[in-house]
Amino acid sequence: MAKLKTIEELQKLRNEAQKDLKVRLETGTKIIVGMGTCGIAAGARETLHAILEELKKREIEAHVTTVGCIGMCVKEPLVDIEQAGKPRVTYGNVMSDMVPRLIEEHLINGKVVDEWVVGRLPT
Amino acid sequence: MLELSLHILDVLQNSIEAGADRIELCIDENSEEDTLRITVHDNGRGMSRDMAQRVLDPFFTTRTTRHVGLGLPLFAEAAARCNGRLEVDSTPGLGTTVSTTFQLSHIDRAPLGDLVSSLMAVILSNQAVELYYGHRVDERSFELDTQEIKDALGPVPLSHPRVREWLQATLQDGLDSLHRPMP
Repeated sequence: MAKLKTIEELQKLRNEAQKDLKVRLETGTKIIVGMGTCGIAAGARETLHAILEELKKREIEAHVTTVGCIGMCVKEPLVDIEQAGKPRVTYGNVMSDMVPRLIEEHLINGKVVDEWVVGRLPT
Repeated sequence: MLELSLHILDVLQNSIEAGADRIELCIDENSEEDTLRITVHDNGRGMSRDMAQRVLDPFFTTRTTRHVGLGLPLFAEAAARCNGRLEVDSTPGLGTTVSTTFQLSHIDRAPLGDLVSSLMAVILSNQAVELYYGHRVDERSFELDTQEIKDALGPVPLSHPRVREWLQATLQDGLDSLHRPMP
């Protein structure tokens, strides 16, 4: 591996990325994707990447993380969206092609997609 | 699972669930020996000898949310049908090593699949965890260590879109270079 080239590239990237780090807004949004065996087998990896891609496309800053199986395997891939001051909403069977609508309605329009909801946790 | 990279993602997620903050994934494809070895080593909380022996039982799990634990049994089954095996070596407080061997040319061996997506999923959603990835195909090798990348990036997170693009391209180039025909 051309290690030196890689480090040089990264330092250049660091300088460029630092410039817009200050203007990127932290939204306080957390998105949690179920990544247990059941979630992975149901397509959670693709769902996670679709979420990251959609957030990037729409320039939304959110913390995306994973969690193991929570016991609702039949509803995998499960995606939880947590926003400050709002109930945590769990969506079930979220396939990658559903992600653009989910992000648009929940994060941009502030409207829960009721037909996909499998649970809510109060704030 | 249709791809070995999904099993790998599953094992990496186990390490994260076990509280590991450093995980090492080593893949060795050796055409002369006709073997594919996949080893995941973590510094998580580890398991007792008794528990390590039971993790290949699909009806054993430490979880209380359900009564089955299919991840490692499925991976072991995938290895067994390709003249291989899966072994778990664990020490409480020190970590766990999951080693899997396959016959590389076996007709039933699943492809590695989209390994870049599996690695990116772990790297981007668990940024506090350091991941080392080393991959050897006969004489060629590629390695990436997120610790080195984070050191070079300083305050810029791995999830920054430009870093993400760089990571994805670096992993893909590295992986492609391993399987490119010799000039």
